[in-house]
Amino acid sequence: MKTWLEKNFGKAWMAVVFVFLYLPLMFMVVFSFNSTRQDANFTGFSLRWYEALTRDTKIVEGFWLSLKVAAVTGVFSAVLGTFAAFVLVRYRRFLGRTIFSGMVNAPLVMPEVVIGMSLLLLMVGAQNAFGWPQRGMLTIILGHTLLGMAYGMVVIQSRLLEMDRRIEEAAMDLGARPHQVFFLITLPNIFQAILAAFLLSFTLSFDDVVISEFLSGPGVNTLPQVIFGYARRGINPTIYAAATLLIATVTVVIVSYSVWVARQTRKREREMAAAMRG
Amino acid sequence: MTTAVPSPSLTPPPTPSHQGGQVAALPMPGKRFVIGVPYVWLGVFFLLPFLILVYISFVDMGNDIHPFKPIWDSTSGLLTLKYENYWSIFKESEDGALFKTLYVEAYLRSIWYALLTAALCLGLGYPFAYFIARSPASVRPALLMMVMLPFWTSFLLRVYAWKGILADQGVLNQLLMALGIIHEPIQMLYTNVSMLVGMTYVYLPFMVLPLYANLVKMDFRLLEAAYDLGTTPFKAFWLVTVPLSKAGIIAGFMLVFIPSVGEFVIPSLLGGPENIMIGRAVWDEMFTANNWPRASALAVVMIGLIVVPLAVYYHYTGDPAERKA
Repeated sequence: MKTWLEKNFGKAWMAVVFVFLYLPLMFMVVFSFNSTRQDANFTGFSLRWYEALTRDTKIVEGFWLSLKVAAVTGVFSAVLGTFAAFVLVRYRRFLGRTIFSGMVNAPLVMPEVVIGMSLLLLMVGAQNAFGWPQRGMLTIILGHTLLGMAYGMVVIQSRLLEMDRRIEEAAMDLGARPHQVFFLITLPNIFQAILAAFLLSFTLSFDDVVISEFLSGPGVNTLPQVIFGYARRGINPTIYAAATLLIATVTVVIVSYSVWVARQTRKREREMAAAMRG
Repeated sequence: MTTAVPSPSLTPPPTPSHQGGQVAALPMPGKRFVIGVPYVWLGVFFLLPFLILVYISFVDMGNDIHPFKPIWDSTSGLLTLKYENYWSIFKESEDGALFKTLYVEAYLRSIWYALLTAALCLGLGYPFAYFIARSPASVRPALLMMVMLPFWTSFLLRVYAWKGILADQGVLNQLLMALGIIHEPIQMLYTNVSMLVGMTYVYLPFMVLPLYANLVKMDFRLLEAAYDLGTTPFKAFWLVTVPLSKAGIIAGFMLVFIPSVGEFVIPSLLGGPENIMIGRAVWDEMFTANNWPRASALAVVMIGLIVVPLAVYYHYTGDPAERKA
């Protein structure tokens, strides 16, 4: 039973919120092609800001650094997140479980300013004591992984919780060794979640300003740090050009990931149905 | 002889023991390794830095080379905790009034704007999530993907775009003037309004997703039952839908409120220069004033402000890993 209110008001409300969500994206895409440095009037189509983008060495260097940092962070976060999720789901009892669970979850609620600051204090302490590490790419990766691991853990944990554990038991009954069970049964089952954890922590890292600002050294600036510096100064359509390229990339990745997930799900359903028929 | 003698063919279960009906996935050395790796990692890079932070909040400020002094006094050889860093947050001077400092103001402002952001997200996001949940099942995944997509593109760039939209000569002012609603540009950027727009914009998906997850599971026949019994749609919504989605509302509220309290980037790009939020206050104390002990004390108090509502929340919902067990 649907009332008139739901039929029309609902669609209008959804449209308004979607416009709100997409307005900044559309704005940047449109004005990245503007021929002048203006924010309100579209004066003509041009690619000059894309050209300016390729010549802006700070942005280009920042981009490569961010890409490296995000890729390493993504891998570390996925691996450590898998470890942490596995521990939390499978080991109900061990010494210090409460502390462990608290430590894994805490970065999710800690303000980034506090995470960045406390890690900076650690790095300064380590530097005074051992003369290592220098602030730079390595320290940024450490900071990002702390955050990425927590988010990755949440994603993988929910997949592990809903996984049917009887298939592991079946494998064990058939004589599989514990590590075989993990690599042949568990890992393929949670692989989708691990990939999602990688993508999520990659994105978080690629986007992070605050932790990088605390942990980067002189002359080492990630792309968001460069953009943050420009953004504080005023309007710069070069950034819109960078944003447009990013939006295009993200759209392609997200859409293909969703298609892949949908296809995998259908495939598994087909196989299950086939197995049931015998 | 019918006594129950275990037949030799029924071998005991294989080595991986079943603890409390669960599969122990790995034997002991493996288990130690699996627990040890993330444990040590978090101990070194999360717990230790946090303890250092707490430690520094209890010592005196140092000089340029050593930003803080050690906790033991080298002349007297005594350990002394310095509470001044905490006192100075709440009291400007010896005879100053309690709680009348810039820091307390910054804390209150941060909490107030975080609450406003969460309320705005709820107002905008609840109907939104509700209508998505009531859309045909075939279009729901696409709608959800459309909610998530902006979230995956750079948050910093999206905030930056609002700067261009809300500027004095920006698109919105131009549009309003062209429509004849206003005759000269009104200042929207660098005000509390622009900051709230930015925060609501960024955190809206955090409200919508838990609400959707909750609402989509709801049994809408309950609403029909309420209609059949003569309730008006509005009253049915208020008396049936809202109470049933309480868990989603609370989860969404926390997910928006908590990061909003410590938010740094949005206020510094879109907010006014005079209204300092607590994240900014910590930052300035650290990098501008170079007062590490006070910055640490401010950070510790900020964590306290976040932990309290969170503890209340967990008290009612519990650890997700525990709940499912």
